[in-house]
Amino acid sequence: MFISLLAVIALGCIAWLGAASGFQYLIGVVLPYAAVLVFIGGFVWRMVDWAKSPVPFRIPTTGGQQKSLDWIKPARLDSPFTTAGTVGRMLLEVLLFRSLFRNTSVEIQKGPRVVYYSAKWLWLFALLFHYCFLLIFIRHFRFFLEPVPFALTAIEFVDGIMQIGVPRMFMSDVLVVAALGFLLARRLFSEKVRYISLANDYFPLFLLLGLVGSGIWMRYFAKVDIAAVKVLTMGLVTMNPVLPEGIGAAFFIHIFLLSCLLAYFPFSKLMHMGGVFLSPTRNLPNNTRAVRHVNPWNPPKKYRTYAEYEDEFRELMEEAGLPVDKTSEEAAAAE
Amino acid sequence: MSKLPTPDKLIATIPAFPMEGWMDTKPDFKPGTWCYPAKVDNMKALGMPNPHEWSADQEDWNLPENWEEIIYEGLKSRLAKHRSLKVFMDICVRCGACADKCHFFIGTGDPKNMPVLRAELLRSVYRRDFTTAGKLLGKLAGARKLDKDVIKEWFYYFYQCTECRRCSLFCPYGIDTAEITAIARELLHELGLGIHWIMEPVFNCNRTGNHLGIQPHAFKEIVEFLCEDIETVTGIKINPPFNEKGHEIVFITPSGDVFADPGIYTFMGYLMLFHEIGLDYTLSTYASEGGNFGSFTTFDMAKKLNAKMYAEAERLGSKWILGGECGHMWRVVHQYMDTFNGPTPPKMEVPRSPITGTVFKNAASTKMVHIAEFTADLIKHNKLRLDPSRNDHLTVTFHDSCNPARGMGLLDEPRYVLQNVCNNYVDMPENTIREQTFCCGGGSGLNTDEIMEIRMRGGLPRGNALRYVQQKHGVNTMACICAIDRATLPPLANYWAPGVTVYGTHELVANALVMRGEQKRTMDLRQEELPGMEDE
Repeated sequence: MFISLLAVIALGCIAWLGAASGFQYLIGVVLPYAAVLVFIGGFVWRMVDWAKSPVPFRIPTTGGQQKSLDWIKPARLDSPFTTAGTVGRMLLEVLLFRSLFRNTSVEIQKGPRVVYYSAKWLWLFALLFHYCFLLIFIRHFRFFLEPVPFALTAIEFVDGIMQIGVPRMFMSDVLVVAALGFLLARRLFSEKVRYISLANDYFPLFLLLGLVGSGIWMRYFAKVDIAAVKVLTMGLVTMNPVLPEGIGAAFFIHIFLLSCLLAYFPFSKLMHMGGVFLSPTRNLPNNTRAVRHVNPWNPPKKYRTYAEYEDEFRELMEEAGLPVDKTSEEAAAAE
Repeated sequence: MSKLPTPDKLIATIPAFPMEGWMDTKPDFKPGTWCYPAKVDNMKALGMPNPHEWSADQEDWNLPENWEEIIYEGLKSRLAKHRSLKVFMDICVRCGACADKCHFFIGTGDPKNMPVLRAELLRSVYRRDFTTAGKLLGKLAGARKLDKDVIKEWFYYFYQCTECRRCSLFCPYGIDTAEITAIARELLHELGLGIHWIMEPVFNCNRTGNHLGIQPHAFKEIVEFLCEDIETVTGIKINPPFNEKGHEIVFITPSGDVFADPGIYTFMGYLMLFHEIGLDYTLSTYASEGGNFGSFTTFDMAKKLNAKMYAEAERLGSKWILGGECGHMWRVVHQYMDTFNGPTPPKMEVPRSPITGTVFKNAASTKMVHIAEFTADLIKHNKLRLDPSRNDHLTVTFHDSCNPARGMGLLDEPRYVLQNVCNNYVDMPENTIREQTFCCGGGSGLNTDEIMEIRMRGGLPRGNALRYVQQKHGVNTMACICAIDRATLPPLANYWAPGVTVYGTHELVANALVMRGEQKRTMDLRQEELPGMEDE
């Protein structure tokens, strides 16, 4: 845990020192380009690498009634029979975290009684984090588009509708910090989760907190020169990078942590974003008896044949009056 | 076998989490926690790699000299063959949603029984050998070196997973521990490490056609013996066909149903049902096993044992296969069989019930129908005369077997059947049934007596839910659709909910079944008096 925290603090310091000692071009221009390339290249490589391994068996985890008799109502999404149902199941999984929504927690009470409680906090905060992050991501397009499309202004208006402070406080900023805080607190205070957590579980949390924190600091407190930042970001997207004067250090810390996140992403557990689409227990229909699934490496059949079986037990079978393919006489004559 | 603690003591001894990190703790191979090793002769006869003498409680497991290479190459080839494994090794975020979903974790409190850590046991080795971060950062990146203690740990924990997939249901990415356990067990088998309780049935099934090693003549004798019991109860003499060609259907069920109490009553139930509806079927002694313990060793072994079903249907010229009540059998049949050994023999046809005309389109390719589907259809079409009052002394609940629940989705068919043959039916609490059902504690070949304490610990959630409905609703009967359940649930019920009896679903069907020409029923299939039906 501490190692991950120290690592993120160290990254922040590097960016701050770098910005202060003349490496602004490196941090503001070169690294972002490199990070984007690593992110795209790495993401594609990981997906292709996974996809190279075949899916030998169709093994959906069925979360409800199968389709069998006409009068029994199947669970079309939790146990999909069709492609459409499977797409629906995946959409529920990816957009609404269906499986996590099922979450319960168990407790053994006196009696003994094993009791199950609904436990949707993880679902709620996980969903909150992902959607806030998405919203913040979308909001950032204001720095890459000129003129800023109306849809973006509208999102910003809604996000800041509480009208607190100047500049207006975005709800997504508050919520994303709260959600990350919850996810971190769970790792620290839940015995089970703390026990399984690795440094590479804490690191992305701290990195994201650093990224979000530096963004908030820059917007609400340091109040960096937004116009200058936009000159830089527009330069980046138009492949015509320029480095305007007078952008505060906060911005360089922010963009450096973002670069780190992008470069780290494909090689970390954050790849669950792509991997979930390839999970064979979710992305396949429950129709294996109706439609044959082909295994590309299916080995040849090798089994003990009936003839071998009868050869061993023929006499016993005949004595018991069981039908045989070859009688003892026929078998003897064949030898 | 070590002595079982009392239920209260068992719960009181669920330990707190250890202080040390999980990489620094080692399993303690106490008696009652590990399964006996497979016999060398059985391993040899089946052509399994590196058969050798070893035992889990010894310091040296006599691993083959190049064991590290075997594991490295074995893992590498499986990563290339199974996208599931590769994705599941990489995308876990350790959110912990799976942690308390595992019956073994709930009952043992052992953190390595949390599905996420069970997977990390393999993942840590994967990271070290197959990821750059793991190679560079080692333990910091959750990687660790493979050593002999890791192999022991794998053996301990991958044989404390019943491949029930409950964790997979709750995982936001669908990470399936059954898949990871199955592959880890494959790797262990490559080192010659298998367990007797699985390998013996596999050996038997290959040779005699069934797990129990019943030879053809004995199989016929046992079934005929059961038919005599049917005659005692109903006055009707049934002569089931064996290995006969030209029948429309081959019927295949786990051999446990032929052999072991209370499965035999379920088997009698099938025979009575088929007789009553005049089904054109045959039994087979060659394919006399529906279950597939091969699926607890390697995918190839599962395929090898399963191949007999289609081979026999083809030899006998049958149009389709009807399958009896079994859990892992149906995981294999529903999700693997057609892929393993299909396409089906050319003369097989899409299953169609000869009684109701219903076409089982859901089994159009595999051409194998579950008996609960078949019977539910019969009842829906009013083809059975039923007197559910014969089961009135029973208050019935239903245990969803893990495999039909989460590897098939067979949930409402057995309930429909039960509710038509029993007047008193209640379900257990919702977090313990249907797709959220809990394992009996002995699935995936762990129904062996030497680990009875582990089984009872794993059976805690199921047993406790049963006790809940026993106390609240007076449940005295647990119905199931699985031969392993019929072996594992009676001791579980005795331990956690004494007074509840375990029945196969088709035993209850047959008790209620009014057969043409039958004598007045005064006894159930177990030849116990039917209350209220005594001679009046």
